[in-house]
Amino acid sequence: MRSRRFKAIHAGETHVFTGLATLLAQASPRRSGDELAGLAADSDTRRVAARMALADLPLKCFLEDVVVPYDADEVTRLIVDTHDEAAFTPVATMTVGEFREWLLSDAADGATLAKLAPGLTPEMVAAVSKLCRNGDLVAIAAKVRVTTAFRSTIGLPGRLAARLQPNHPTDDPAAIAAATLDGLVYGMGDAVIGINPATDNVESCVSLLTMLDDIRTRFDIPTQSCVLAHVTTSIAAIEKRAPLDLVFQSIAGTEAANAGFGVTLSILKEAQDAALSLKRGTVGSNVMYFETGQGAALSADAHHGVDQQTIEARAHAVARAFSPLLVNTVVGFIGPEYLYDAKEITRAGLEDHFCGKLLGVPMGVDVCYTNHAEADQDDMDVLALTLANAGVNFLIAVPGADDIMLNYQSLSHHDVVRLRHLLGLRPAPEFEAWLARMGLLDAAGRLPALAPDPSTARRLLAIGGAA
Amino acid sequence: MSHDADTWEKLRRLTRARIGLGRAGDGLPTKALLDFQMAHAKARDAVHGAADFDRIAVDLAPREVIRLASAVPDRPTYLRRPDLGRRLADGEAEKLPAGPCDVVFVIADGLSAAAVDANAVATLEATARRLEGLSIGPVVLAREARVALGDVVGAAMNAAVVAVLIGERPGLTAADSLGVYLTFHPVPGRKDAERNCLSNIHAHGMSPDEAGHKLAWLIREALRLKSTGVGLKEAAPKFAVGESGAGPRIA
Repeated sequence: MRSRRFKAIHAGETHVFTGLATLLAQASPRRSGDELAGLAADSDTRRVAARMALADLPLKCFLEDVVVPYDADEVTRLIVDTHDEAAFTPVATMTVGEFREWLLSDAADGATLAKLAPGLTPEMVAAVSKLCRNGDLVAIAAKVRVTTAFRSTIGLPGRLAARLQPNHPTDDPAAIAAATLDGLVYGMGDAVIGINPATDNVESCVSLLTMLDDIRTRFDIPTQSCVLAHVTTSIAAIEKRAPLDLVFQSIAGTEAANAGFGVTLSILKEAQDAALSLKRGTVGSNVMYFETGQGAALSADAHHGVDQQTIEARAHAVARAFSPLLVNTVVGFIGPEYLYDAKEITRAGLEDHFCGKLLGVPMGVDVCYTNHAEADQDDMDVLALTLANAGVNFLIAVPGADDIMLNYQSLSHHDVVRLRHLLGLRPAPEFEAWLARMGLLDAAGRLPALAPDPSTARRLLAIGGAA
Repeated sequence: MSHDADTWEKLRRLTRARIGLGRAGDGLPTKALLDFQMAHAKARDAVHGAADFDRIAVDLAPREVIRLASAVPDRPTYLRRPDLGRRLADGEAEKLPAGPCDVVFVIADGLSAAAVDANAVATLEATARRLEGLSIGPVVLAREARVALGDVVGAAMNAAVVAVLIGERPGLTAADSLGVYLTFHPVPGRKDAERNCLSNIHAHGMSPDEAGHKLAWLIREALRLKSTGVGLKEAAPKFAVGESGAGPRIA
């Protein structure tokens, strides 16, 4: 099975591809990470020929052949063992090319796609994404709604949530509080108030969790907080009775790459059970938060000859096994050796969102780049606008788009406000009601024009201990 | 509103984060917009600039220097192919004396020419003057280089430890931040977990003098323990780090 051959004949020229992983890799839009791994097509002609061969491939082939061996990889076993044959039935006789056309058709509405999700494997959705233009990825993803809840409800139609990310290089509490305040007055934080800690140890995790929980309870904010420490740190924090809402973990699409992150599926399950036992959610019990990103497996030398976009879709399949509240790709964070420029970052962001949503994952995106990538804030404007039209569940926002701890650029609070106003998208309903109570939203559901009500701002400013 | 403006002013002193920027509709005020663009421009110029190794060689005199090139032909390739930045170009290895010596310093451009120009010589000299009694090999100046190029160089020169002083990926708050990676018994194939790292060496971060103090301590400990990496925790006495982004200071 591993050496199965695929063929495309065009204008008398025959192109042969040996192995399903090779076919998928060569059909991928060009990107630096696949070239670095030596997996990419060596010409544009061959790339399109691979897509032609892929278009003719029956979807059910992905149930007969795997890209990473079943015996060697627990992610493959998860995908194969949890596949829902009955859910797959509506598309069981289609080729990948026919599947694309059906996804674009009116027959594939939101309800139909939601029922289909458990019948789809990550390799199937990765395959069809490779045949889609960016516009197709937006139009299809926009039909899918994945709704989750904890203290706020994320993913409803007409809503756009945001993670408030008040990181600081030394985890300084006053600096974190100041950045949190800056986000709250812009209506950020309905997805989560989430800190990447500078120091990953239990004591500092507990103290940051306690600080965030104090802010949340003092102002009765219907949202959840998270310290993005390693999953084992979160488990230890729970044992110390820290006020932990969500367990975070970076994950990838192979067992070996997850080992590089220091996690297994059983550790993730243990963490989910521990967080559920706290029963802290009020409107829902989705307690996990995952980040993913193309290139993670290659950087851990754990890609098994599979292209980075297919591996990324497999990471989404890992995520969906744990009913997460939030999942986001950190698309431009990993660097130019994986996604070289804005064209590659934009494409990957749309692919990751599309694949996640088709698999039933509550997908958000960190619209971002590093200073050694060929990208800037203009490119982030375009990707954010495109994702908002695609119905992305949430975006990440940092003060002034500048993360002073991780040294990269994401979106500014302003940028999310602009998307909400421009496209008529609103915050999560529970959080929206809170913003209105605090005078941070006017009667039309917009952020007040100049500044929020001074008395409200002053009360919030007290968070920073400065007023 | 002036009360709020005062309050934001107080909050801004707590952090270097871009808080309290104000709004122009849903966009940034023009000043904030251009401040951000200038910071990004400096970061990009640091990534794409060339380190001034002529000047560095003069500043290091009378120390002997050896200039090397990695297998990377140009900056776009450097960014796409980290593997080539870890290897020497053909013929370059012949420039290296066989040693042995205790310590070899490699100054590598990495991702910030500005960091190397501003902080490499000062950091190296601050370290070397604390290494009395140890033999220090010629200083290697490496273009289009990654950290692991130091393993190749250190092995060729039979160095007990190699210290790679390298430009870090620039952020918006500091485009000239230098990092140092110390590796005991350098040979190709060393993992990152086998190195000790000092980072954030720049005018508003760790000073070159503080870095030299810590690095010299690490070098002596590495030679004593015959190890670097997870087994060696940096615990040099004397220097303390400030609070709230105020930058480090000498305690």
